[in-house]
Amino acid sequence: MAFSLTGEQEREFEKILARYPNKMAACIPVLHLCQGANGNWVSDEVITFVADRLGLSTAHVAGVTTFYTLFNRHKPGEHQVWVCRTLSCALRGSDKVLAHCKKRLKIEEGETTKDGKITLRTAECLASCGSAPMMQVDKSYHEDLTIERVDEILNRLLES
Amino acid sequence: MLKRTTYLSHGYDDPSGHTLAAYEKVGGYQGARKALALSREAVVDEVKKAHIRGRGGAGFDCGTKWSFMPKQGQKPHYLVINADEGEPGTFKDRTIMERNPHSLIEGCIIGAYGIGAHVAYIYVRDELHLAKERLWGAIEEAKAKGYLGARPLGKDHPVEVVVHTGAGAYICGEETALLNSLEGKRGEPRLKPPFPAQFGAFGCPSTVNNVETIAVVPTVFQVGGDTFSRVSALHEFNDGGARLFGVSGHVARPGVYECAVGLTLRELIYDLGGGLSTGKEILGVIPGGSSCPVHRPDEIVDVPNDPRFEPYNGKSILDLPLGVDTFRAAGGMLGTCCAIVLSDEADPVLAFHNLMRFYRHESCGQCTPCREGCGWMERIADKLLAGTATMDELDQISEIASDITGNTICAFGDGAAQPALSFVRKYRSHFEDYIHTGGKGQTRRLVSAAEVST
Repeated sequence: MAFSLTGEQEREFEKILARYPNKMAACIPVLHLCQGANGNWVSDEVITFVADRLGLSTAHVAGVTTFYTLFNRHKPGEHQVWVCRTLSCALRGSDKVLAHCKKRLKIEEGETTKDGKITLRTAECLASCGSAPMMQVDKSYHEDLTIERVDEILNRLLES
Repeated sequence: MLKRTTYLSHGYDDPSGHTLAAYEKVGGYQGARKALALSREAVVDEVKKAHIRGRGGAGFDCGTKWSFMPKQGQKPHYLVINADEGEPGTFKDRTIMERNPHSLIEGCIIGAYGIGAHVAYIYVRDELHLAKERLWGAIEEAKAKGYLGARPLGKDHPVEVVVHTGAGAYICGEETALLNSLEGKRGEPRLKPPFPAQFGAFGCPSTVNNVETIAVVPTVFQVGGDTFSRVSALHEFNDGGARLFGVSGHVARPGVYECAVGLTLRELIYDLGGGLSTGKEILGVIPGGSSCPVHRPDEIVDVPNDPRFEPYNGKSILDLPLGVDTFRAAGGMLGTCCAIVLSDEADPVLAFHNLMRFYRHESCGQCTPCREGCGWMERIADKLLAGTATMDELDQISEIASDITGNTICAFGDGAAQPALSFVRKYRSHFEDYIHTGGKGQTRRLVSAAEVST
């Protein structure tokens, strides 16, 4: 099925284009827009759509998509959870947070729960070192984590 | 010298500190008013007098960088703000964008005028959703008041500020990778020269500055360049003003603290950070993001033939004022001034492994020495922890790191090599213990014992 944007998303698309001197520069923001409109992943149809609309080759758009970690080439769960594990977080117990998430969700990092609710990922430094350990859930940061707080957050996501 | 300041952090504790109303109460946009009344050259000169050393890690003088921009020519100029904060241990720029976004917008107005640009792009990493929201909010507020737009503060020099997002790549914090990413390409660094001042964003003259560097510029025009520079204890090193110091890891009160330049690591860790949160002694400190060499507390400052170092020679590195040139001369690197503290509960081999995994993951893969070298060092780190590494392989780490250094397009390779070289050299006995006994004598953990058992 061909990918398309809704009227409101089209207006957002035009707003993005107006910010740059050429169309190529809109590539990353437009990919974000389309990824959001496509259930949080960049399908082949999205790549063709973006290439077409920005006058780029599909190879260019595919190259950009695969370079950046936040563009998903496969459909993730309804919610995405990233546990930061770089040194500052590791010094304050991120390993324990990650191990607990795996146990609680019964999945390994990079996997999605069977009900399609949560995809668990690890992240490298999310610029929250002073409030470690931390994790990102969709668009929000959860900082100064304890195992109890991790449980609260995961329960809320699983019940949503 | 511990001297707390509030140039940037005045509203950090105020829940509405990010609004224009709060910012104007403390003299917001007065700096821009003064700057826009001057000539472009006078603006650059004033910033030069302030001796703002780049806050992103390289420590290049801000005013000097601005002066590299061409004075005439047909092409448009661009100001690009590097807000792709992701250096492990660094979390200061985020506080500015979330809690004091107007300082950055005001800095953009002055910066754009100083370098002859009409558009400023703030490249924010995608994960910082609150920061982006606050910046867009600040832009709207400033536009509504006429501070931004066709005639900012009444000056006939249009300035537009745009927030651009990345998509998750540490390498985009490197200025030329950032420019490629801004142009809608893969974030792979470019060869220099040409430098951004000649051939930057969209092939036009551009200046790339860190968030904090630009955010502090309005202060320069409020208090005067020379006065601001003299706030620092390292004014004679041309390292002026005040800056945000971060501390994370094994300290009781991790966080961001604004102080005059010239703070020491001991003051940062004990007076501001509240001392160690676990363990008895400091095992090591990485002073400014993970790409700096780690320091042991028993390292002694020894910089001969420079009278400016006389007060510090013979003292512990923890008592050397944190400055770009002081740490460079002492064999270290200041970086972003956000320290990661490891207590003696932490195992340096595990810390090394953690960092090597980071660099392997984040190498963009463009240059062979970095792409292959980072993976190789991580594989040796894996073997060390498994107890299967040999002495030859331990020596190989230093060889690989030395072969990466200076042989890559950008400084990422050096950034990976610095921690590798310094960890292996400074904690050699810990590494050897993993080879001889599988690490029996080591703590084998990064957190405290209490935390492992709970």
